[in-house]
Amino acid sequence: MSAPKREQYAVVVIGAGPAGLAATASAAGAGLSTLLLDENAGPGGQVWRAISSTPVTREAVLGADYWSGAELATAARDSGAEIIHRATVWSLDRNLELGVSVGGGSAFIKAKRVIIATGALERPFPIPGWTLPGVMTAGAAQTMLKSSGLVPDGRTIIAGQGPLLWLLAAQILRLGGRIDRVLDTTPRANYMAALPHAFAFMTSPYVMKGLAMMREVRAKVPVVKGVTELAAAGDGKLASVSYVAGSKRETLPADLLLLHQGVVPNVNLAMAAGVEHRWNESQLCWTPVLDADGNSSVPGIAIAGDGAGIGGAQAAIWRGRIAARAAIAALAPAAVAKLDPIAALRTGLARAERGRAFLDVLFQPAPQFRIPKGDTIVCRCEEITAQDVLDSVAIGATGPNQLKAYRRTGMGPCQGRLCGLTVTELMAEARGKSPQEIGYYRLRAPVKPIMLSELAALPKSDEATKAVVRG
Amino acid sequence: MIITKDAIIIGGGIHGCSTALHLCLAGLKPVLIEKDYAGRHASGVNAGGVRQLARDVAEIPLSIRSMGIWENIADLVDDDCGFESHGQVLVAENEVELAAFRARVADLNARGFTHEELIDGAELRRLVPAVAESCPGGVVSRRDGAAQPARTTTAFRRKAQALGATIIEGVAAANVRKEDGLWRVDVGAETYAAPVLVNAAGAWAGRIAAALGEPVPVETIAPMLMITSPVAPFIDPVVILRGRKLSFKQFKNGTVLIGGGHLAMPYQDRNETVLDWRKLSESARTVSELFAVMRNATVVRAWAGIEARMRDDIPVFGPSAIHDGLYHQFGFSAHGFQLGPGAGAVMAELVVNGGTQTRIGGLSITRFSNPSPSPST
Repeated sequence: MSAPKREQYAVVVIGAGPAGLAATASAAGAGLSTLLLDENAGPGGQVWRAISSTPVTREAVLGADYWSGAELATAARDSGAEIIHRATVWSLDRNLELGVSVGGGSAFIKAKRVIIATGALERPFPIPGWTLPGVMTAGAAQTMLKSSGLVPDGRTIIAGQGPLLWLLAAQILRLGGRIDRVLDTTPRANYMAALPHAFAFMTSPYVMKGLAMMREVRAKVPVVKGVTELAAAGDGKLASVSYVAGSKRETLPADLLLLHQGVVPNVNLAMAAGVEHRWNESQLCWTPVLDADGNSSVPGIAIAGDGAGIGGAQAAIWRGRIAARAAIAALAPAAVAKLDPIAALRTGLARAERGRAFLDVLFQPAPQFRIPKGDTIVCRCEEITAQDVLDSVAIGATGPNQLKAYRRTGMGPCQGRLCGLTVTELMAEARGKSPQEIGYYRLRAPVKPIMLSELAALPKSDEATKAVVRG
Repeated sequence: MIITKDAIIIGGGIHGCSTALHLCLAGLKPVLIEKDYAGRHASGVNAGGVRQLARDVAEIPLSIRSMGIWENIADLVDDDCGFESHGQVLVAENEVELAAFRARVADLNARGFTHEELIDGAELRRLVPAVAESCPGGVVSRRDGAAQPARTTTAFRRKAQALGATIIEGVAAANVRKEDGLWRVDVGAETYAAPVLVNAAGAWAGRIAAALGEPVPVETIAPMLMITSPVAPFIDPVVILRGRKLSFKQFKNGTVLIGGGHLAMPYQDRNETVLDWRKLSESARTVSELFAVMRNATVVRAWAGIEARMRDDIPVFGPSAIHDGLYHQFGFSAHGFQLGPGAGAVMAELVVNGGTQTRIGGLSITRFSNPSPSPST
């Protein structure tokens, strides 16, 4: 992999998932100098991870939705855009300057427009024992499955809720992997609450696929519904999983526990660039403040895909196209005439988003799985428990940034990715405030760690370079 | 509603909080008004250096006064503030620098200050084994050290509140004026009134001073810092350089804090800064050259805190030149953290007793209005 060829681009797209690939294909296709930067070895993002390299070649295993990514990846590749994989964007500021690391070296580039398409990450699932070896997220398991075809063969329990949980369970089973039990934590009250949105959902593309997948899993694995308590236990590594469902309380021996309760926008890069976010009461996470074209509060920065609010892969494609269209309209107005009319894009997006409200309500995780108690770990980097956070609140910590002074939460390498939402909601509950009032960590570059030697090897400042040239 | 207090302090940095605490100890009931939260800006995010070393002569008495408080900080605020005393070392990178340091230490000794001590290459390497072989010596201030800035500022705020100070956070002080012999400040729907007003508003203090008729040459700066992943422990004292901008400190958990005064772009009215990575790259190069052991460390976070720098790089500290009951405590120019505890104690003496035994004359605001600055006596 080599560094970016130029110092300046019309459009820089960050992330090669559905939104980023779509935005890249549109922007470069309209003749704009476009750079796509992506952390992974190939295109696809999380949903289409390893689309051009997966060893899992039987189409039915990963499903038709997965393979639909190949077409878009090809379109982006052939669009004329410069595409760099294994590139880490570690800095982006409101002047649209990016720090990017490729192959052990870093460079700065400038953009006229930046489209952030860094997608989602899994919501923290802080139950007792969640930090034990043997407990991992469903997303991590899926990464291994897609990249390497690896599936669990020990005693395996999947717990949580949401579409990805069922998709992963189905994919593991299709590959001959072992699952002993599915523990469904969807709160029973959510089914009623979601009813008003059911009609839109029933006419959405999700419904048939979702139901088929759940049927497929249920046919092979016992599923426990209405799980209201969940704990992992073991001495040094996972040995058992306990749960409560209704009047039933059971402890199951286990070698592997896969946890998942939905995904939330990956906000770190956008927040570090100064993009305003607000608490989303229905998705229970931070989402950026955007206009209809995906433009953020920072001029020149747009956000597309799940980073703009969870919408799924199809919605991400439309959002990527819409954001790219806005960039094209601003930078190459003459090229707009050849594009799909904006109304068509918005109709496509609306169709893809149909049913999302139902999923948002149905899969809102229960409070006890978002806001832990007692000695359950909240911050893995510093091993801070829920009680530690409450103790700090009692002596004057008012929000996540003040908490850093007491507990160093959010100051480790993960920069709050694993604890941020938990800390906000926990402190909000303790102080009787809304998450919006409590706020979030102020995030800082480098958004991903960078080697000191790599930083030291950066090209010297403009003034220093000029001084050398003159000398 | 008008609420009358003994003193109004604007600014919840270490200085405002320390002054609030010391006024309480003197039996007064102050109100402290902070537009964000205590320690939001420079006081909470600085390098935490507790340093007497390499200071302007005009602020040395205040620094020494402060050092005495730091060494028993838990007695004052019920929290050790993470203070550790492993000394601070000013490293000479060459013989020219070392000669200048020698002259400086001699000058300080002649003035009766003995906290700075010239060291040769052997002692330098005993204190800082990892330093590059090419460095011929330096200066050490052995009682110096470092503390955790946000924790410290928070501890001062908490103790001030426990002793009876009213702390208001999240609302800006507005419409500062003097009426009927009392200073009045609007805070949201309320107005506070007091015979004493302390301007400790950091980067925002220059505006307050100017609005009250005392403009001073002050600019807003945002010194940058970065912290690394843990590295095997290799250094105890804080290390600073003179020729190149660098300060360097390893924490107990192995992480290394790298600063030294390279500046970010402050966007003061948005409470934001934009980092200058090319300057941070210079810091990284300097670190790599001096400490080979650091080359494999990773930088995990970088930031900058907004604060005020005076044209002459020393603070404005003491009574106003034109108003009774107005006191200034700002412009600490990127080295105010260590001074906070002592400055609060001295400020309380100024307010309560009308004077102090600590020599602060050289920090007076009058130095900008008088044609020839008064000597520091």
